[in-house]
Amino acid sequence: MQLNKSMIALVVLGLLAPLALYPVFLMKVLCFALFACAFNLLLGFVGLLSFGHAVFLGTGGYITGYLMSTTGLTPEISILAGTLCAAALGAVYGKLAVKREGIYFAMVTLALAQLMFFVYLQAPFTGGEDGLQGVPRGELFGFIDLSDNMNMYYFVFAIFLFGFWLVNRTIHSPFGQILKAIRENEPRAISLGYNVNDYKWAAFVISAALAGMAGSTKTLVFQLASLNDVHWHMSGEVVLMTLLGGMGTIFGPIVGAASVVGIQNYLSGGELGNYIHIIMGLIFVVCVLAFRNGIVGEFHKLLKKNF
Amino acid sequence: MSTDYVLQTTDLRKEFKGFTAVEDVNLNVRRGDIHALIGPNGAGKTTVFNLLTKFLIPTSGKILFNGQDITTMKPAAIARLGVIRSFQISAVFPHLTVLENVRVALQRHEGNSFHFWKSEKVLDKLNDRAVELLDDVGLAEFANSKTVDLSYGRKRALEIATTLALEPELMLLDEPTQGMGHEDVDVVADLIKRVSKDRTILMVEHNLHVVSKLADRITVLQRGAILTEGDYDTVSADPRVREAYLGVEEGEEVPGQSAAAKASDSKDVQEATA
Repeated sequence: MQLNKSMIALVVLGLLAPLALYPVFLMKVLCFALFACAFNLLLGFVGLLSFGHAVFLGTGGYITGYLMSTTGLTPEISILAGTLCAAALGAVYGKLAVKREGIYFAMVTLALAQLMFFVYLQAPFTGGEDGLQGVPRGELFGFIDLSDNMNMYYFVFAIFLFGFWLVNRTIHSPFGQILKAIRENEPRAISLGYNVNDYKWAAFVISAALAGMAGSTKTLVFQLASLNDVHWHMSGEVVLMTLLGGMGTIFGPIVGAASVVGIQNYLSGGELGNYIHIIMGLIFVVCVLAFRNGIVGEFHKLLKKNF
Repeated sequence: MSTDYVLQTTDLRKEFKGFTAVEDVNLNVRRGDIHALIGPNGAGKTTVFNLLTKFLIPTSGKILFNGQDITTMKPAAIARLGVIRSFQISAVFPHLTVLENVRVALQRHEGNSFHFWKSEKVLDKLNDRAVELLDDVGLAEFANSKTVDLSYGRKRALEIATTLALEPELMLLDEPTQGMGHEDVDVVADLIKRVSKDRTILMVEHNLHVVSKLADRITVLQRGAILTEGDYDTVSADPRVREAYLGVEEGEEVPGQSAAAKASDSKDVQEATA
């Protein structure tokens, strides 16, 4: 019930937002929110900290960017292709990474992501350090012109809603129950007969696919696919977004992504632009020290206490 | 040799970097028994237990379940054969509800555990069976509580309900009464007795009172090897067992007294029963 109301509020908010705020900013928020939701599925609901999730964001971006630039494919097909490629990469990386736990899992994902970073740096189709610029947005289904920002916005919003729905469905599915059981007590889940690595792997692939979808969409929005999106900074940023918003909560990643993107946008316009990394770092430290449950998590706690 | 064994080990051995924790253990667990594995601290009980449940890999030796070699199988695989273990600390899923805990076990037979596109409402049809199982262990009224809020004894009861949900042929219980108050100990002991019907149970237990009450057969371990085996009277009468528990006693005989009472003088038993 509670969730349904929040969902309706989210949809209404999303539909009306471009009347008040700059659509490109909103699209950026939505792309990162989707990315953070995908990441949160792993961190918040399986307890896996992937420190290389940018690679899936970037892979989706490059594939979609390349297809849009060189072929006549429509945007929805290009995004689908980017998503599938990220999922395929996630399937391979996940298989290797879930064999390890805790910090080792994080290190394996980071190492594998760095590997791909250098591949993208050298590969001929990525444009190296320049990236893919001027990627056309194309026409959705062949007749909706996405170069119009409002059209693009609602397209991105639809993609976001789909991804958000899928994450929530996964969390509240029979599969999600097992994921939560693994997060809560892995040895017990094993002793009940579950091959926990298979479940972790499946969650990893879903998360990678959605991260890829976020990257694909982002490339269309900014008409740019660059090394930034595969850099480990980006992997760190999604950790920050998720923690700041509240890991393991449904709306946390959205709030976190909106906060981080909002702060970055605000700072980069002002005199503090040079200190952006220091400020983000400080926010991260304060978040970890003072309110570990994140914005949404603390909010839930407050509600519980007072009502 | 007509006895029907559920679980057998032959020359089971585990070495950790030169230290032999378990040495040539030949364990035979008869079908339908409650079989207790006892021994002083550091005797290798938990190591044996972890070998049997595949959480450790034996250095050498064989483990047979119903005659099938399970030595190299993975923990989850033997669970699917019907060997379900418990843990020393209560093994529950703390932030799921009590009902959900049991459902996680019931869900395995549904074959929908990878269905991420379905609503969890499809699991609701398992609720009746889950409540039934909870009722068996006296937890039905807590079905919708968060597990983390249960008392320790109730968590253990929940663990047993979860284990029973899988209809295990062999239950392996690792110190089921560890860290419990007296009342809880009796409740859990009764529960074990009750669920042992039609099942085989192998348990590691410190509390000799519980062992004397429950076990049909007892294996005593010392320094990784089997010291003796038999029913409670045989084992408790064995001077070597007393020595193992109490240390060397010089001609000190306490005839007619039960070993449990005697053993309760020893420090480590006291700790366990406290």
